[in-house]
Amino acid sequence: MKRFTAFVRKEFLHIFRDSRTMLILFAMPVVQILIFGFVITTEISDASIAILDKSKNEMTREITAKLASSGYYNIKHLLHSENEIEAAFKRDRVKMVVVFEPQFSKRFYADKQASVQLIADASDANSARILTNYAEGIITSYQNSKNSDVGAVAKPIETQVRMFYNENLDGVFMSVPGIMAMILMLVSAMMTSISITKEKEFGSMEVLLISPLKPFQIILGKVTPYILLAFVNVLTILAMGYWVFHVPIRGSLFLLLGESMLFTLLALSLGIFISTVAQNQMVAMFMSMFALMLPTILLSGFIYPVENMPYVLQLISHLMPPKWFIIIVKSVMLKGNGIMYVWKETLILMSFTLLFVGLSIKKFQVRLK
Amino acid sequence: MITIQNTSKKYGTVKAVDDVSIQVHEGELFGLLGPDGAGKTTLLRMVNSLILPDAGNIQLWGLDPVADYRQVRQIIGYMPGKFSLYTDLTIEENLNFFATVFGTTIAENYHLIKDIYQQIEPFKHRPAGKLSGGMKQKLALSCALIHKPKLLVLDEPTTGVDAVSRQEFWEMLQALKTKGITIIVSTPYMDEARLCDRVALMQDGQIHACDTPANVVAGFGKTILGVKMTNVYKGLTDLRVWKHTDNVYPCGEYLHFIATDSHVDVASVTQYLVSLGHQNIDIVNVNPDIEDCFIELTRTH
Repeated sequence: MKRFTAFVRKEFLHIFRDSRTMLILFAMPVVQILIFGFVITTEISDASIAILDKSKNEMTREITAKLASSGYYNIKHLLHSENEIEAAFKRDRVKMVVVFEPQFSKRFYADKQASVQLIADASDANSARILTNYAEGIITSYQNSKNSDVGAVAKPIETQVRMFYNENLDGVFMSVPGIMAMILMLVSAMMTSISITKEKEFGSMEVLLISPLKPFQIILGKVTPYILLAFVNVLTILAMGYWVFHVPIRGSLFLLLGESMLFTLLALSLGIFISTVAQNQMVAMFMSMFALMLPTILLSGFIYPVENMPYVLQLISHLMPPKWFIIIVKSVMLKGNGIMYVWKETLILMSFTLLFVGLSIKKFQVRLK
Repeated sequence: MITIQNTSKKYGTVKAVDDVSIQVHEGELFGLLGPDGAGKTTLLRMVNSLILPDAGNIQLWGLDPVADYRQVRQIIGYMPGKFSLYTDLTIEENLNFFATVFGTTIAENYHLIKDIYQQIEPFKHRPAGKLSGGMKQKLALSCALIHKPKLLVLDEPTTGVDAVSRQEFWEMLQALKTKGITIIVSTPYMDEARLCDRVALMQDGQIHACDTPANVVAGFGKTILGVKMTNVYKGLTDLRVWKHTDNVYPCGEYLHFIATDSHVDVASVTQYLVSLGHQNIDIVNVNPDIEDCFIELTRTH
């Protein structure tokens, strides 16, 4: 036990004396959640648009006012003819142009059919779709209120959309679980694999092997500090999500922390496994980067939905431990589910952990090659 | 007592250690001499249980590094060729760490490392990475000794260390020997051979001689002439193609010349060199040293 504590103490000294490690461990999670929270966002706010109003009556002005007051749009220009549309997109960089046909209200009341044209800059397809969808929604609700004003029958089928668990479609709700998965992977898997291979590279592993320390003491001594540090990171990310981005924690905090620790253990076992295969820090880092980080970001459903991937990639995504962790975190944090709803995913994480621990024990050498 | 019998280790097709058999006696300072790539490190690592031999048998006081590697590791103090302590930890932290890991304390075995450690103790709060080569070496030796090993295995401890520190280091080893610790030390420096009780000359994985330095030199059996002239390089190439030359190689300021038969003497060498226009020819009789033995042994094998 004394040996073990001496080892853990040494590991902490390594960590605290290396400013770069400290930066990765403590500054990066904060920076990343801020970046992902504020920058990678699918929400639209204050998008520049232009209006070409050919009828200029009360009705079109009301619709324009509704668009302006929705918070999604910022009306930059009022155009006078179709010729100006192109220039509005190119020179003024508006994202959408709304065109009202002449005699709009007359046609609305008399013909029961008036047209609004939405022209969007689809060079960014996603935001174009969102911008037009929102505008359609605003115009439809305006139309419904007018219809009821004049006592006309509303459309026979009316769809009402409500976004459960994330009413405002905040992108940061998606980011927090993803960032947690990414940071835990980084801290646990990459940092441990690097710190173990560092001993191999500098030759101190030779001396450790010669010592009476048992392999599991070396490994456990290496990972213990990272378990604690990863836990601090989980708390940081949750706190930032909760207080800065108002991401709710609807389920049990204990369950959430418990699942996070399970995922940390999984990442640690992966890190240990990598270090048994990699001979130096460079290789360990690249393996962690390509084998862990990229899949965590791309294939786990963190940024791109798994459902939209080609079938083969969907199959591969099943092998990505972060995918299951993100499902669990979303389920517990946003939906408020208990263990009953995530036991399958939990079991998958546990099996991964056992698999990598087993492989690492098998691969750990008590000798040099 | 350490017995190495018919031990071999291959890396791919390269025989790093090739059928080596040597014995190291209790309380001996044993030198393993050889150039880089001779297989010294591999042999030492097989002795200290870090590498499995392909063939052969090694015994350390009856313990087998393959089967009983745990016990073997308890009785060995090992200093690898590469500086392998923690550069970000201070001298004191390094020593404390290794003491604790080996289940002892600095105080308990202080008497063993005192002479060595006292020299670096004034800097004990300095990170090991900021020490000079000689100080690093003293720290590494202290760490290897802290658990009072029965056998000290040192892999090229004096490589990359200045001449004064090398001298000091060998004095430390002599002192440790008097405390009953058996020491195996590998080195590429032939001049260090005379400081060992016995030496083994190793090249290409094979041991070419294993005896006391004096006996190794005594077994040389040939006459060496030291030859010097104005144009040493031309002299070397000229002597190489001479029909009476067995071997010639530069050694210090002289060329060491060994003749094919004993009736080639100073006069005939002088005559040959004069006939080729050499000037300021100086020829002396040279007593062979370990380096000459080494060159001779590795050439004839």
